[in-house]
Amino acid sequence: MSRTTITWRRKAMGLTAGMAVAALALTACSGGSSGAKATGSAAAVSQADIDKAMKTPTKLTFWTWVPDIQNEVKLFEAAYPAITVDVVNVGQGADHYKKMRSALQAGKGAPDVAQIEFQHVQSFALGDNLLDLTPYIPATTGADYVPWVWKQVRSTDGSKIWSIPQDSGPMGQLYRDDILKAHNIAVPTTWDQFATAAKTLHAADPNVYLTNMPGNDMGQFTAMLWQAGARPFGWNGAKEVTINVASKEATKVAQYWQDLIKAGDVSVDPDFTDTWYQGLANGKYADWAPTAAWAPVFLQGTAANTSGLWRAANMPQWDASGSPVSANWGGSSDAVMKSTQNPIAAAQLALWINHDPASTLMLANKQFLFPTTNATLTNSEFSDLAPAFYGGQKVNQVFADISKTVPEDFSWLPFMDYAYSAGQESVGKAIADKGDVVGALKTWQDALVSYAKQQGFTVK
Amino acid sequence: MTAADVRQPQGPASTPTPPIRRRGPSPMRRRENAAAYILITPFVVVFALFIVVPLVFSGYLSLFRDQLVGGTTFVAFDNYTRALTDSSFLTGVGRMAVFLVVQVPIMLGLALAFALLLDAGVLYLQRFIRLGIFIPYAVPSVIAALMWGYLYGPDFGPAAQIAKNLGISAPPFLSQHWMLGSIMNIVSWEFIGYNMIILYAALRSIPSELFDAAAVDGAGRVRTAWSIKIPAIRPAIILTAIFSVIGSFQLFNEPNLLRTIAPNVIGIDYTPNMYAYNLAFINRDSNYAAAIAFILGIVIMVASYSVQLSTQRKERAGR
Repeated sequence: MSRTTITWRRKAMGLTAGMAVAALALTACSGGSSGAKATGSAAAVSQADIDKAMKTPTKLTFWTWVPDIQNEVKLFEAAYPAITVDVVNVGQGADHYKKMRSALQAGKGAPDVAQIEFQHVQSFALGDNLLDLTPYIPATTGADYVPWVWKQVRSTDGSKIWSIPQDSGPMGQLYRDDILKAHNIAVPTTWDQFATAAKTLHAADPNVYLTNMPGNDMGQFTAMLWQAGARPFGWNGAKEVTINVASKEATKVAQYWQDLIKAGDVSVDPDFTDTWYQGLANGKYADWAPTAAWAPVFLQGTAANTSGLWRAANMPQWDASGSPVSANWGGSSDAVMKSTQNPIAAAQLALWINHDPASTLMLANKQFLFPTTNATLTNSEFSDLAPAFYGGQKVNQVFADISKTVPEDFSWLPFMDYAYSAGQESVGKAIADKGDVVGALKTWQDALVSYAKQQGFTVK
Repeated sequence: MTAADVRQPQGPASTPTPPIRRRGPSPMRRRENAAAYILITPFVVVFALFIVVPLVFSGYLSLFRDQLVGGTTFVAFDNYTRALTDSSFLTGVGRMAVFLVVQVPIMLGLALAFALLLDAGVLYLQRFIRLGIFIPYAVPSVIAALMWGYLYGPDFGPAAQIAKNLGISAPPFLSQHWMLGSIMNIVSWEFIGYNMIILYAALRSIPSELFDAAAVDGAGRVRTAWSIKIPAIRPAIILTAIFSVIGSFQLFNEPNLLRTIAPNVIGIDYTPNMYAYNLAFINRDSNYAAAIAFILGIVIMVASYSVQLSTQRKERAGR
């Protein structure tokens, strides 16, 4: 809304923002006309019905931003020639969700199947937008997925299945073997060692930081809370939410990073920006920690000039004596919209793409989405890959093992877009300003509680 | 609240009607009138559909609250009272007021100076310079913000590179304290040329007799500019001022794009328009966003009106 169109502006008298909102809301008033087509009953759809539906010529719309997913869709269409799938990329992340919400509110134009990241599944369940897949997929489906992943796509009480997991991001660290060796620093296995290493390294070479702590990535920060045992979010599926971002465990994480940041031992560049890409490529950061299972391939594209120098390892631990604990950062799933006219075919598409061995292996090895099915994680065609970028280390195997150590009981608020936005304004800002990160947790907590109340929730 | 209204206070009511007629327009007149109405219909339809209806609808929406759980309730003016005590909104409006007070005079001052220089014909390569100053306006503001984002870059931007080679530290363009100034710079760069063209065109339409008279009276170039040219183009200056006031309060693209490289400096509520946008799409509170947008519209009307009023008063005092 800048100063480009004068006539528009003169007539609008500065209310263009109002119109944008109105345009959004024009769609809102017609909501509710749909949603009755698919039944929510849990009675399983019979195999005969499924076979019939899959032989009936049907056109499905599939919104996703996974590159080249057309290839997996082709496999699906080959298996079910009667079904044609229209793959649409309406934008990535936030843009994708904005368009989905508008279409769902409008009651028309919504896709049959759509990609949704784990942390946003509940927010679409809240709007009653998602089809419970339980009747449409075999009852044993859940056993084929990593348990913590399967938990991410179900309702809090476990009674409903909202989507089929596509990829995940169990967390470890990727470090520059050459830099650590040059300074005689052992790969840190605990957060204590990590802090010492950060100090040593930066003192030895002021241009290098052991890692970077971005102030704009609440996904990563939340994952660190996950590992530390904090359970900041929860929703009972109705009106009650749990908000506890300033807990003892969360404070431990905030205090830890606050100390490192204030001492100047880690940098605070925003991540996924040009500055940060440069930092990865030119050795400013000796360790990307903590990072997720999708990072190894991402890094190969971003820092191609450093091939052979990187290695993967477990996430540093809080408790050196116990068994290792990791967390998850990123990962998404495919959900079926309740408004679909073809619930059976749509559910089969969501399932097949993310369940069929050929399709999931292709997603893992061609699109580099870190797998969610047990079969693909243990498939040697995936786990035995030893990329030269990591000096021939079997990186996939490292992260496949880490995936087993992700705690299962982490849940989300039904408004994570706001939660992350408010977190970035408080905690993220404190990180970027090298300020009071611990105090910012309280600010975040207060913002979340007041928002939840405003939106009609009761806060536990 | 357009500049056009101000300059034509007579309005459509005073359209000359032949005084002799008693029983309405003649058949020929009527046919002409019908044609006029037909010709204006497309405008009225589009205007109603895309301006009036959305405005009314968003005004209607702003009177409700739609909760994530609990549904929609009529809350009358609750959203408005909430906005008036919302520090995010008020800070954003305050920031835009600072922007207005600092940036607009600089931008318009430079635009006027360039226009006068071009008009006086004292520069070589006139056309080239005129085009050069205007070209930034042809660059879409999205591209401009991306480009400046690169120029401001703290690690690899040209300013940083030069400073590094000289062994000094570059100004932190994207830091908390510099950001507003950096945005002012981008906006000035984009719009000086645009305002200059408006003023230049106004200067070209001043009757040359005035200059002859001034020359006869012995006025030099500076005196002519100050006493003849600037007063003569006052309506054009007011026009650009009002456009700039509106544009300032509506600032959106530039900060929203710089947010991607300085996410912790520019918050979601950096400008009122960004705040309304994020309220609608992140907080999922489009009713409140509608109220914010309406209040912003009122603020803009008041600000533009006071610009007009103050210049009119000055005009009267000057006579």
